[in-house]
Amino acid sequence: MTKMATAPEGTGEVFYRRFSRTDRIMHGLLFSSFLGLSLTGLPLLFSDQPWAQAFARLVGVRAANNVHRFFAVVLIGTFAWHLFRIVERLFLKKDYGILWGPNSLVPQPRDVREFVGHMRWFLHLGPRPKFEHFTYWQKFDYWAVFWGMGVIGGSGLLLWFPAFFAKIIPGWVFNLATVIHGEEALLAVIFIFTVHFFNENLRPEKFPMDDVMFTGRVSLSELKDERPAEFERLKAEGALKALEVPPPSPELRRAGRIIGTTAITLGLVLVTLTLYSLSR
Amino acid sequence: MLFPAVAAPPSNDDCLACHSDEVPRADGRKIAPVGPEFAASIHGQAGASCIDCHADLRKAELPHAEKLARVDCSPCHEKPAVEYAKSWHAEARRKSPASRAAVCADCHGTHDILPAKDPKSRTNHFRLPATCLTCHGDPAVVPTATRVAKTGDPSHFGDSIHGAALQKSGLSVAPNCANCHGVHEIRRLADPESTVNRPHVPATCGSCHQKILTDFETGVHFEAMKRGNPKAPVCIDCHSAHEIRTPETAAWRVGVIKECGTCHIDLIETYRDTYHGQVTELGFARVATCADCHGAHAIHSPKDPASTVSKQNVLATCRKCHPTATANFTKYDPHADHRNRQRNPLLFYTAKFMKWLLIGVFSFFGVHTLLWLPRSVQARRVHERHVHHRG
Repeated sequence: MTKMATAPEGTGEVFYRRFSRTDRIMHGLLFSSFLGLSLTGLPLLFSDQPWAQAFARLVGVRAANNVHRFFAVVLIGTFAWHLFRIVERLFLKKDYGILWGPNSLVPQPRDVREFVGHMRWFLHLGPRPKFEHFTYWQKFDYWAVFWGMGVIGGSGLLLWFPAFFAKIIPGWVFNLATVIHGEEALLAVIFIFTVHFFNENLRPEKFPMDDVMFTGRVSLSELKDERPAEFERLKAEGALKALEVPPPSPELRRAGRIIGTTAITLGLVLVTLTLYSLSR
Repeated sequence: MLFPAVAAPPSNDDCLACHSDEVPRADGRKIAPVGPEFAASIHGQAGASCIDCHADLRKAELPHAEKLARVDCSPCHEKPAVEYAKSWHAEARRKSPASRAAVCADCHGTHDILPAKDPKSRTNHFRLPATCLTCHGDPAVVPTATRVAKTGDPSHFGDSIHGAALQKSGLSVAPNCANCHGVHEIRRLADPESTVNRPHVPATCGSCHQKILTDFETGVHFEAMKRGNPKAPVCIDCHSAHEIRTPETAAWRVGVIKECGTCHIDLIETYRDTYHGQVTELGFARVATCADCHGAHAIHSPKDPASTVSKQNVLATCRKCHPTATANFTKYDPHADHRNRQRNPLLFYTAKFMKWLLIGVFSFFGVHTLLWLPRSVQARRVHERHVHHRG
């Protein structure tokens, strides 16, 4: 039995909006480009490995390079879109809630408390923290990706157009960019395909995956169980009713399952190859 | 007459009385015929007698003994015989009576010898490789291990650029075995006087590739060879000998990098850290390989102003592929070593930082995940029991 089976359609369970359609599209662009970039980038990092050479023979180095650059453009575009949305929310909608408070991804004192509380709960030393809209590990994921985009994207652009950038910067920066691009990519690949996968999909409570990123909706029981502080606050504010949405359709769930399982499987294959190659 | 009368030596007609066709002997066995090929051969054309070569039959009674003495060509062919005596073929025979090393007849034939100019001759320029390969392509005569080494398998000669030029394109200027190894005085690779002994290889190849020899003689590898460095590469180390291919193919371009790396181990390691090194290792050849920057035949020390990677020339070298490169661009170190603090301090610390960033992140989340896992299993069990009760 998986968790989602506890709230099938038609049981009368209430669902609430967690991610907007735009959020989900952006996450889709993010993970599909990340997978494409990993798939076409890792063979370079492990060019001495037979699997990388087999991949190069199968796909061709030129094709892999082009795919890498295509997805780089997609990801940089997605990142730019994200930055634009932040600016829009801050300066056009004057929505300062993204800077501080429960709906903000900015680390706050409660994250430290929740982290300590979570560790205590791991060790049976205290109750499970009552999490809000974003947990500390989700914030870490967000900022890790944010930093990673800048670092990998920036170094990647340098290496894509070296002659152009060398008009303003000295060539040894490309030496640094090569190391940084590869190592940061390694960090991102291993982190996303192990830690992020475990935290959001593969840990026993969620296994094999959490489809909230595809449906955008959480059930009342999930909300109460995973983010009780958010539930309490929304109830107190009387904001729950406004977030209520119909249950996700079976088609949407199935599509989410298929896409999600494919992405997770590909990610696990890539991280297995990565860890195997690193261990050699 | 002061000398006792002797029987006249047998004439060709006397010989052919028996050797004209497969005449059966008394016991039914057949006499080997000497066919019309003798008449067509250079010796037949010149009017030579059988006994000129089969000198032991001069005074023999007919019918003669079944086993004849080995024909000695040296009385007529004095110069080739002297040369042959110095060859490994001759030496191998001297060393071991059981040796199957080639004698005159193995290459030239017996009754059917044709002049080398004749297209049908075994020693014709275009047919010689096939003649040599009757032994050197046969593991039963010349063991594979002794003939196939770095120089490539001689039986693959036909696929090499020289073999194709000779046999497919029919170029008279294309070399056959003899152009490199000599004709009668073929010496072993290990023989210091051999034309294919390492220090002689450049001159041997240079007998056709003159301009390349001139270039090579200005480079560091030739200099090292002259100093007696046994590891100094010569032509065959990069090009092989019997399997020489055109150096334009992708396989050759990416393959030869490994050859440079057999000596320049640290340089190939740092090269593999770069994009150039990574994609070439994956088989992609349209990026800079060793030779694209350093040259191939006239390689100089980077400190030498004549070097393609000297301060004076490096920009022009980068611009071969990166036409808009600037002086700034050349500050890139194509052999930067992130393990070498002296040479690349900034890179060294950057790599250190990245390494510890990875170690830090994964240690933290490794512990976090391991602690979470049992709790998560527990939470799932509780949850399932709850669902079960509710159900």
